[in-house]
Amino acid sequence: MLYAVLCYNSEDSVFSWSKQEEEAVMGKLIAAQEKMAKAGRLGPVARLMPTTAATTLRKDREPAVVIDGPFAETKEQLLGFYVVDCENLEEALEFARDLGHANPGGSYEIRPLLQFRPGTLAR
Amino acid sequence: MNDIAWIDAALTSARPRAVSALLRYFRNLDNAEEAFQNACLKALAAWPRNGPPRDPAAWLIMVGRNVGIDDARRTAKQQPLPDDDSLSDLGDAETTLADRLDESHYRDDILRLLFICCHPELPATQQIALALRVVSGLTVAQIARAFLVSESAMEQRITRAKARIAKADVPFETPGAPERSERLGAVAGMIYLVFNEGYSATGGELPLRAPLCEEAIRLGRLLLRLFQNEPEIMGLVALMLLQHARSAARFDTDGAIILLEDQDRTRWDRAMIAEGLALIDKAMRHRRPGPYLVQAAIAALHARAAQPEDTDWPQIDLLYGTLERLMPSPVVTLNRAVAVSKVNGPEAALAMIEPLAADLSGYFYFFGVKGAMLQQLGRNEEARVAFDRAIALANNAAEAAHIRSHLDRLQKKV
Repeated sequence: MLYAVLCYNSEDSVFSWSKQEEEAVMGKLIAAQEKMAKAGRLGPVARLMPTTAATTLRKDREPAVVIDGPFAETKEQLLGFYVVDCENLEEALEFARDLGHANPGGSYEIRPLLQFRPGTLAR
Repeated sequence: MNDIAWIDAALTSARPRAVSALLRYFRNLDNAEEAFQNACLKALAAWPRNGPPRDPAAWLIMVGRNVGIDDARRTAKQQPLPDDDSLSDLGDAETTLADRLDESHYRDDILRLLFICCHPELPATQQIALALRVVSGLTVAQIARAFLVSESAMEQRITRAKARIAKADVPFETPGAPERSERLGAVAGMIYLVFNEGYSATGGELPLRAPLCEEAIRLGRLLLRLFQNEPEIMGLVALMLLQHARSAARFDTDGAIILLEDQDRTRWDRAMIAEGLALIDKAMRHRRPGPYLVQAAIAALHARAAQPEDTDWPQIDLLYGTLERLMPSPVVTLNRAVAVSKVNGPEAALAMIEPLAADLSGYFYFFGVKGAMLQQLGRNEEARVAFDRAIALANNAAEAAHIRSHLDRLQKKV
């Protein structure tokens, strides 16, 4: 089963990291993914720019309205995601726990995928 | 990160919102800061034990307010303090209450806190020092190091700034739209001052002062989070990101200046550039270009060029033209002249800067540009005079050394 691991954290806090903190956390996160990556079970991994870079298209009206900023103002923001192939929820949680040890604070939402197309991005 | 590092990061990022809300409660900067300090002490005791609260800022506001009120009571009646646990185990209901109390004020609170620091009676250096102390929460020692002054001198500077503000009227009423936009402009200017304090550092000072750039970007992002649809704030953050992206390439190992066209562009920070470009993209949709956005757009054209030859100088010339209209200044015209020299040659550029001579007679960069144009035209004697003048006006050793390298090249040609 494919799962998305959606990463929520306070962007105020994450984007205040010093370069050293940033490198330390990123290094640990890479290490935490290694097992799944080597097994060929780690799909796309994305890190998002801060919500200040976001634009939202409200399409619940006609014509749709473009709004600066994220879809919702939340205490913790969606800052990135992983797609992993896991046997079951328990294993997906295990993967998320490993990530959590590398990068404490915030939450991971584990959400099974209904459909997945890997796309053709070549980089 | 371990527990303490995580808590430290959470306290730092919660600080602007918490201190600014406490300022609204206590109407006094010293009390607000003290209440925040006390709340932080309680957080250091409670968070490792109980786990981090869901909303650190709301927690700190509630606890800070209670501690502040208790302090006032204690001074008044000498009543015993409640035990720590009753404060640190805030119920969800209470936190929600704090949320509701503060959410509506949140934007104006932080804007007020930043705005207090740009009080017109405060000289620029005091504005910056105060913002770094009060809003960013840097220690006096950290700020002193960044300004290359002693800790006691910085302590004095901040105390003096606070004393002035205490005497001034702090605007606590909710601002109307014109006041809000005026405050926003002043705050943006102050944040860019903080940035330039770091950006103007050279060579050996750089490691000490670069954190000022990072702090300014952090404050800029904070402001943009609060005012998501202000194209000038997008422009300000983009401008700072695009300039700071080049920091690793701006000086050689001896601390000498490396000009934009000679920089190793692979050392530019791609993530910062990408974010800067994304913000400009968003801001352009508003079709209300302001000075920050135009300057960011100019920086973006440099950032987009993989090689110096790829630089879109005609477009940069046009953008400087726009900037001249928005913010007429001889310095802007001088910068435009550099673009003009690339598009129409040094003669046209020289004709453009001659009328600026009176205004810029004390400006290092004017004589540097003038010398370079004369040099390109082969008027070496005049170039030498201009370069000598530039060296005399240089603000630091790195600038002087840079001009001296031009003179050396002239020497070799003769």
